[in-house]
Amino acid sequence: MQRIGVFVCWCGTNIAATVDVAKVAETLKSEPGVVFATDYQYMCSASGQEIIKNAIKEHNLTGVVICSCSPRMHEATFRKTVQAAGINPYMLEIANIREQCSWIHKDKEEATEKAIILGRAAIAKVHLNAPLTSMESPVVKRALVIGGGIAGIQTALDIADAGFEVDIVEKQPTIGGKMAQLDKTFPTLDCAACILTPKMVDAGSNDKVNLYTYCEVDKVEGFVGNFKVTIKQKPRYVDATKCTGCGECTTKCPSRKNPNEFNMGFDNRGAVYIPFAQAVPKVATIDPDDCIYMKTGKCGLCAKVCTAGAINYEQKEEFITKEYGAIVVATGYNQIKPTEFEEYGYNNYKDVVTSLEFERLMNAAGPTGGHLLRPSNGKEPKKIVFVQCVGSRGQSCRDKSYCSKICCMYTAKHAMLVKDHYPDVDVTVFYIDVRTPGKNFDEFYRRAVEEFGVHYIKGMVGKVEEEDGVLKVQASDLLANAQIHMDADMVVLAAAIEPDKSARPLATMLTASMDTNDFFTEAHAKLRPVESPTAGIFLSGTCQGPKDIPETVSQASACAAKVIGLLAKDHLLCNPCVAHSNETLCNGCSTCANVCPYGAITYEDRLVMDKGVRETRRIAVVNEAVCQGCGACTVTCPSGAMDLKGFANRQIMAEVDAICR
Amino acid sequence: MLNTKISKEDLERISGVNTRKCMKCGKCSATCPNFDAMDYHPHQFIDMVDKGNIAPLLESKAIWTCLSCMACLQRCPRSVEPAKLIEAVRLAVVRQQGENRLAAEDIPELLDEDLPQQAIVSAFRKYKK
Ligand SMILES: Cc1cc2nc3c(=O)[nH]c(=O)nc-3n(C[C@H](O)[C@H](O)[C@H](O)COP(=O)(O)OP(=O)(O)OC[C@H]3O[C@@H](n4cnc5c(N)ncnc54)[C@H](O)[C@@H]3O)c2cc1C
Ligand code: SF4
Ligand code: SF4
Ligand code: SF4
Ligand code: SF4
Repeated sequence: MQRIGVFVCWCGTNIAATVDVAKVAETLKSEPGVVFATDYQYMCSASGQEIIKNAIKEHNLTGVVICSCSPRMHEATFRKTVQAAGINPYMLEIANIREQCSWIHKDKEEATEKAIILGRAAIAKVHLNAPLTSMESPVVKRALVIGGGIAGIQTALDIADAGFEVDIVEKQPTIGGKMAQLDKTFPTLDCAACILTPKMVDAGSNDKVNLYTYCEVDKVEGFVGNFKVTIKQKPRYVDATKCTGCGECTTKCPSRKNPNEFNMGFDNRGAVYIPFAQAVPKVATIDPDDCIYMKTGKCGLCAKVCTAGAINYEQKEEFITKEYGAIVVATGYNQIKPTEFEEYGYNNYKDVVTSLEFERLMNAAGPTGGHLLRPSNGKEPKKIVFVQCVGSRGQSCRDKSYCSKICCMYTAKHAMLVKDHYPDVDVTVFYIDVRTPGKNFDEFYRRAVEEFGVHYIKGMVGKVEEEDGVLKVQASDLLANAQIHMDADMVVLAAAIEPDKSARPLATMLTASMDTNDFFTEAHAKLRPVESPTAGIFLSGTCQGPKDIPETVSQASACAAKVIGLLAKDHLLCNPCVAHSNETLCNGCSTCANVCPYGAITYEDRLVMDKGVRETRRIAVVNEAVCQGCGACTVTCPSGAMDLKGFANRQIMAEVDAICR
Repeated sequence: MLNTKISKEDLERISGVNTRKCMKCGKCSATCPNFDAMDYHPHQFIDMVDKGNIAPLLESKAIWTCLSCMACLQRCPRSVEPAKLIEAVRLAVVRQQGENRLAAEDIPELLDEDLPQQAIVSAFRKYKK
């Protein structure tokens, strides 16, 4: 018979206001096996834990039940507590009387009764608990970062700085992400390239950092500390080890009608191209869909002009398999194309552009050399209208439900830069709210209004139409309760941002969770913001939610700190609550291996003694280091041979019986 | 005499509109093609009904000059559907006025080449219970 102690927590008033904690302790005292029961204000505090430790020693407890908050909150804390007092950490059970009781009930009597029942179930389980010991698994001291934007670069550099090897997998031919396309950056207006390119060069030259550009993650196996990842190297048709980045091929290539993605399609690039002058690695890539030789067998000019002999039309995709201790997701965002918002005329009028397109039109390295010109006729605009919140903050099927967070600030930036370069241009911003919470952010926006004379009008734009080469803007001025009509030479849409489309399939590969908007979910919104709930998967940058650069970089470094904390360990304790099969019941049917999401189950022929008969049988064997204890196999097994340690069927049934008693 | 005791709840029930969903962006009034002919504008209908300030709307010109073109309904980013609320206010008035003033039989006579289909539908919205 176990000697069980019950500890009921008030959680301040969180529990005590709706649950009569003293009555719960008193009632549970008479449960079989319970030799001690008490209640206390904060069981998780130092003095609360002291009460538990003392009771264990004084009453020779063999099992502990704590009635408190969710085990997700403090199971680890209390396991350490009981272990410190000399009992096995798996002899502890938590009855969740906060999230599952006090927080969701109003009637104190009912809540108290429920808390007693939940406590009783936990006691019933502890009676069947057995001490469990965690196995150890080694940690591969290398990290993988997926996505080479500013987030991925910063995380990788910080990890490398701590002395660990780190690989960046980037699907584009160069690292840099969206920041490489930006002109100046708020709130300080330093040029994006000037602060980003040194970091790109660092990443490219750091011998701890390996760049896998033009690559994608193909397959992920394993678990925290021991991931095995297959990386697909897409063919560049250029030998990256030979290419010197001289760019000779890119200027000679006769296929010239290919929209240049880096410049948002405002100009064209060759079929063989280097995305931009500061690309890392500075290696050419041939787009087979644009290449004349690849399509018709004629041309081959680039191969002729390349003195390094780097062009290789026969290159095939390659697969590289490597092991990692930790994986960082840094897949970033994209701006939506506002094609569904026909009222703004983005589909019809060249002078209606998105804000990222506008960045290129303002950028000194952009298609117009930094000279702001109307895309329709190449003339200087005299009147520009900015529209905020395009596709953000809505509930209709066209909109994202969230605020994209960065557009208020970059719109103020755009407006200010235009006024700075071209003081005569008339600039109007239509806004719903101006959101500028950030250090020096509101001051920045106010400068646009007060110093630069940008007109901010509260209201949305309802219609944009073109007449004789002039954009006619119809909009609300809510403060004046008026509908206004104004002419514009350009309309810039602050279109919503959304996670990269490749994020969802990647999340499936990583078994990492996402929200309904496809942003990766953090393990805890406040306390574990850079970790995914899946052990060993970390989150960096805008893949987790909209962010500007300062916030992205802070999160990237925080993420690196978490990764370093993991890689610094030589071993990890495995979860001992894993599956195992009873060899006298298992009939080797293979059903369990088919459902195991971690590939932890194999089969072996084993000599089995069953009812006095000795025979060789095919038996399921669980790799305890790989099993994550999800329990899928235990419910699938038709012969009831699979069971989870710590969550055995009879333990669960004992809980159910205790609840139904 | 017009019963002016129409409540916010009545209008929300008739229209199915939840005025609290409005984020006050003004897109409806930015979109409205008949803005100048309306003494109250779609965003004001939402705001005024939300605050229970309904009497002026019952007396307004806007309930008759609204084209019921549904542009505001379609463009509202928060799916508040102001046109439905305007319709509800109008119905609250029309229903008190008793008889129908337009029958389907009258239509062929009133028809002229340039009349958009939508105007006929709109007329039914205004002249029939
Ligand atoms: C118009 C505009 C102006 C802005 N101006 C400013 C400003 O002035 N100041 C400021 O602070 N912020 C600004 N921002 C915000 C800034 O761009 C972001 O905060 C920042 O770029 C986020 O970096 P990231 O690394 O998270 O994402 P990204 O830059 O999107 O990088 C993600 C990278 O991951 C790669 N990737 C994606 N999926 C995969 C995959 N499956 N496998 C491999 N690689 C993948 C992508 O190719 C990309 O290189 C602006 C944004 C916009 C749209
Ligand atoms: S072979 Fe293809 S990439 Fe090379 S120059 Fe010709 S078209 Fe351009
Ligand atoms: S950041 Fe500003 S412009 Fe962007 S969605 Fe939020 S409120 Fe709208
Ligand atoms: S339905 Fe009425 S209020 Fe709405 S846009 Fe049309 S005319 Fe304006
Ligand atoms: S468009 Fe919708 S959310 Fe915006 S003001 Fe009108 S009713 Fe409100």
